[in-house]
Parts: sequence; C-alpha cells; structure tokens
Amino acid sequence: MDYTNQRTFDHDDDGVVVVIGSGAGGGTLANGLAQQGIKVVLLEAGGLHTRTDFHTDEWRAYEQLSWLDPRTTSGSWRVAQDFPNLPAWICKTVGGSTTHWSACSLRIQPHEFEARTRYGDLEGATLLDWPIGYDDLAPYYDRAEKRLNVTRTNDIPGLPGNNNFKVMYSGAQKLGYECNTGHMAINSREMDSRGHCQQRGFCFQGCRSGAKWSTLNTEIPEALATGNCEMRTRAHVAEITHDASGKVTGVSYFDGNGEMQHQKARVVAVAGNSIETPRLLLNSASTQFPDGLANGSGHVGKHYMRHMTGSVYAAFEQPVHMYRGTVMAGIIPDEARHDDGRGFAGGYEMETIALGLPLAAAFLNPGGWGRDFTRMIDQYDHLAAMWLVGEDMPRDTNRVTLNHDVRDQHGLPVANVHYDDHDNDIAMRNHAYQQGSDVYRAAGAVDIYEVPPYPSTHNLGTCRMSEKPEDGVCNGFGQTHEVSNLFISDGSQFTTSAAENPTLTIIAMAMRQAEHIGERMKARAI
Amino acid sequence: MTHPSLSRRVFLEASGGTLVGTLAFANGAIAMLAPSTSWAVTTEQFDDHQARTLLIFTRHLLPHDTLEDAVYALVVKDLDRQAADPQVRQQLTNGIATLDRQAGGEWLALNEDDRQAQVEAISGSPFFKTVHGSAIVALYNNPLAFAHFGYGGGVDDSGYLHRGFSDITWLPEPPIAASGTIPVDSTPA
Repeated sequence: MDYTNQRTFDHDDDGVVVVIGSGAGGGTLANGLAQQGIKVVLLEAGGLHTRTDFHTDEWRAYEQLSWLDPRTTSGSWRVAQDFPNLPAWICKTVGGSTTHWSACSLRIQPHEFEARTRYGDLEGATLLDWPIGYDDLAPYYDRAEKRLNVTRTNDIPGLPGNNNFKVMYSGAQKLGYECNTGHMAINSREMDSRGHCQQRGFCFQGCRSGAKWSTLNTEIPEALATGNCEMRTRAHVAEITHDASGKVTGVSYFDGNGEMQHQKARVVAVAGNSIETPRLLLNSASTQFPDGLANGSGHVGKHYMRHMTGSVYAAFEQPVHMYRGTVMAGIIPDEARHDDGRGFAGGYEMETIALGLPLAAAFLNPGGWGRDFTRMIDQYDHLAAMWLVGEDMPRDTNRVTLNHDVRDQHGLPVANVHYDDHDNDIAMRNHAYQQGSDVYRAAGAVDIYEVPPYPSTHNLGTCRMSEKPEDGVCNGFGQTHEVSNLFISDGSQFTTSAAENPTLTIIAMAMRQAEHIGERMKARAI
Repeated sequence: MTHPSLSRRVFLEASGGTLVGTLAFANGAIAMLAPSTSWAVTTEQFDDHQARTLLIFTRHLLPHDTLEDAVYALVVKDLDRQAADPQVRQQLTNGIATLDRQAGGEWLALNEDDRQAQVEAISGSPFFKTVHGSAIVALYNNPLAFAHFGYGGGVDDSGYLHRGFSDITWLPEPPIAASGTIPVDSTPA
C-alpha cells in the first residue's frame, strides 16, 4: 500500500474540500470526491499505522490505535462509573475506527428510518423520523456491500464459523433462532488484492492480513493514488473558520509539531466520530454563531446515542477458546424486529464477541475483585460470549458538551459525554440478557455472566439529520441547515440509532454524500 | 523533577529487595514454559518485606489458587516501576505500613482470614485501587498467565485457521449454509 501524497495543496488554496477524519465516513468521502476529480485535503488527528505495525498484545494495540486524549463523563450510565475518562473506545489513527471495527455489516431495517412514526411518542425520548428512507440508501447499500466484499451478499460465501460461533449456533437452534456467520466485511476469499481471513482473532487490534476492510487499506490509498487527495496526519483540527456571510472558509489545526496551521477550503466535511464532531462545532463558536457553528437549533451535541449494549459470557464444561478466529463470528437477528409485545420499542442483535485474556480481565467485571471475579477468569478458555446491541432512545439530555474545566494537550476544552439509560434501553437490555442467557443454557452452559456495557464504539446522533431545520443539525445529505458548505459525514448524522452496527450505513451515506457534493460543486451551488 | 534513578542512588541506597520462589506446580502449564523451577524478581523501590506484602495482597485481590507466585511477582514488578514516581511510592509504602500497623505487627503474619478481612476493610481506598489497577493489567498480560489460563494469544500471521479455530467436537457441526468453508487456496502453515 502506498500512502505517499502524489500532490500537495497550498494552505491558501480555497478550492479544496477539507475532510476532517479518515474513518468510515471521512475516508470514504475523501475517496468518493477524489475519484470525481475534486481536490481534497484529508486531515487525520492520528498517525499512520499500517497493517504490519499492528500488535497482538491487546494493551499495546489499544495504546497504539485508541483515542486517548482526555474526555469526561457524567450521568447514570455504568460506563461513567467504570471508565470515567473513557466514554468511548474509538480510534485516533489513519483509518479511524475502521482499523478497530468488527466488520459486521448490516443494513438498517426500513421501519427503523421511521422510528417516531412506528414507535410512537415515548416519554423522555426525542424520537424523530429520518429525512431519508431505506429506498434512498438502498442503491448505496448495494454499492457499499460490493465495495467491502460483504459476505453473504453478491454471491460471496460466508466466513467459516469458529468455536464461539458453534456454541451460539447450537443454542440458537434449540431456541428456534436463526443463526449464521453473518454479513462481514472480511474477505472469505482473496478479493481485490486482499487476502482471505486467517482467523487470527485480532479484528479489534487492526487486521494484519488486510482481509478486513478498512479505509486504511482501501479508500485512503486509492484516494491518494488519484493525485487529487492530500492526507495530513497528526493534524488536530481546533476550529472551523467562517466569513461574515456565514460560509465556512477553512479550518485551523495543530500540526504534528503543535504549530497552528490554517487551511482554506471551499467545503468542509466533519467526520470526527460522534464525540469529536460536535466538540469541534461547539469549539468553533463565534459572535455570529454564539452557541457553536451550525448550532442555531441548539441540537449540536444532543441526542447522543451509543446503542443499548451488554454482553453475556457463558462457561461450558468443555473448552471453547473463543479468542480463536473472527471476533464477531456469528449473529442471531431474530430479536432485531420491532415488536412492542416484548415490553420495549425497537430491537437488538446478538453477535458473538471475544476478548483476549488481558482485555477480558479489564472488561468482564470492571473494578471486580475477589473470588467472584477470579472464578470467571479461571474459566477463560471455557467461555463463549455474545454482545447484545440494540436501538437506544435519543434524549436531548444525553449529550456531548464542552467541559471548560478540563483541557486537552492543545488547551482546548474536552468533550463531556452525559448519558442516562432510558427505561426502554433498560427493558431491552434485560430482555436481551435473558434471551442471550437462554441461548447459552440451551447449549449446555454451566455458568452465565451478564457483563455490563463496555466503553462505546457506536457513537451516534450528536448532529442529527432532520427534515425541519429546527429539529436537527443537517439535512438528508448531511449538509448543515445553517451553513451550506459545511457537511457532517459520520455517525453524528443518525437521527435514531437503529439496532444494527452503524458502519455500513455510515459508508453508504458517505458514498451518497460524495455524489451530492460533487453535483452541487459542479452546479456551483456550493 | 529529579531523575528517578539519581534520587534512588542518593536517597534510597538501602532500599531494594528481592522476591524469590520455587514453582509450586511442577506439572503446570507455567512449569512447561519456565527454564527453571526457581524464580527471582528484584525490586528497586521496595524492600523484601514490602515486596512480599504486595505479592500476598495481590493474591487476596485476585485469588487464583493454582496460579504461581511467579506471576503475582510480575504485579509487584509493575508496582515497583510505577513507584519510581515518589508519590506512588509513598502511597504504596504507607499502605503497607498501615496494613502492618493495623495487624499489630506484620500483616503477613496474620492468618489468611484475618488478612482477607483487612483487605475487605480497605477496598476502594487509593492504595487498594493502585494495586488493583496494576494487577488487573500486569497479572493477565504476560505469557505465563496466557499459558495458565489457556489463552493462545497471537500466533503468527497465519492465525488460527489451521490451528484449531473451529476444533470443538463436543457440539454438532453447523451446516455449511450457516457457516462457510475453509478457503481452498489456504494451506496449513
């Protein structure tokens, strides 16, 4: 892979599109624009770590790839107690969190785009229908699945199931659940010059074989190869600048030496993940935008969603060795439907998960000690596990705000992430724990452990798209309602969280947005 | 700030200690890995008594009856590294002194139940949290622990595809339609 810039742009070049962030949204958008001949400056806060740099030591990998700049938390969610300075486990590296993702590639279900209409008015929730529907995204889902070589689409065979999958499958069958090795953006065969999965078991630590799709090993080198895209690494954007007409003019960023730089731009697209994106807009407040850029509606940072999550770990008499092979090796989709007969709106997926011994010790029972804790670790090689991931309710009190009392290494106020579970989230989690436990009991489990949520990897909704400007931050193309040449290009756009892992949708939306920006630029509308 | 090694030379000349032991489980997974049954870990910031106290305290925090002291000694080693910071050193040595004071002599001389009661009494204290924070990482992130708990960790880049990723035989084999086949171009390493 070649990560050399074929071309560089002058800081005063006001014809470029600046894309902030090189993950699922930003990396895909940058390539989508560059392929159209549009000049792109891609700014990534992290450094370049290519696949041969990746580690199998889980802590070392965590330190290499994670966003570890300070953040704070508040609210009654358990993460705030267990990991007060780590609300989210997301990445600061070229490729963003696509280096870390499990590669589970699911489409949002049609009814989930109409959550407010379908679920009704839930007290304490700020549900809203998306301004786009399933049909708007369907062609881009098609393209994204082809692009990512998603298994079980386009005649691409499924991945062979590992032991963790076999346990899930056995229990699922007894309960009458459907279960297979899922729709994964991991090559089950050699394709696109990327090899097939070696079942190494380190999807979360960066895929050394390159079988797992990431913007690091596809979109970014392709964008650079066009000669239309320049990537600048260790470029931490501090502020988006604008002129008196309210159009954005560029971005100020700290370069790798901590020097402030300014890059002019015709269009700015923000894809910093759903914590950094609103933080940047809030940190870009000015006299013209006193509450933050594009925040006239007051929705920037609000409706933070992180999915209803939890895990079930189960010990068996016989060894399982869950760490061998793909992390999300099997999925049960049956509970992803909306059926309020279960006592909650929306649904959830059950997906296998596996942690190595080091991370299992940290995450299975955070803060735990004594024999209750060590009993589970003693069973480590006999454990199977699943992650429960479902739709959580948007709330205007669940939000990302600036914490002016805590500053990062550049002196910028850090993000505070506040979250309280909605009753619907709690009811769903309890149901999911029950069903997950039943799956493992049916497979013969001798012990069952309900494991609390890990720091969030699915951060969503903090600049949500809305039909009406007063209900959100951006429109159905991610264009902010207030600033025509400012786009939101990551999961912050999600109006509701849906049950599915969000990455495929972020990619499909970025492909659609790239086309839209290209058309609008050609028409000189932006 | 004074360079830690310099301050140690000047002020802590008499400090430093050694933990020594013999593997307790001659047929255990760790013994298979170890070049010898005797082991020794040296500390720079703690004397023998302090190091031993931290080791036994960690055994109370994270009790694995058949896990060798040699692995717990790695936690002491990690704490020793952290204690190069004088504040951490003070917190830990004070914590040890408090345990001894409350034991009316040496905490280590108490029987196991009495030691456990004291650990429970200080759970959540800064001393407890420092030891726990170190232990939860250092105890489980080393090849000896991997061998003991049956974690294969990272093999080479050929992965587990031909090293037992789907070797369970105690459950029925799922149908190919739900799973998938091994890639045909792939050969065992």
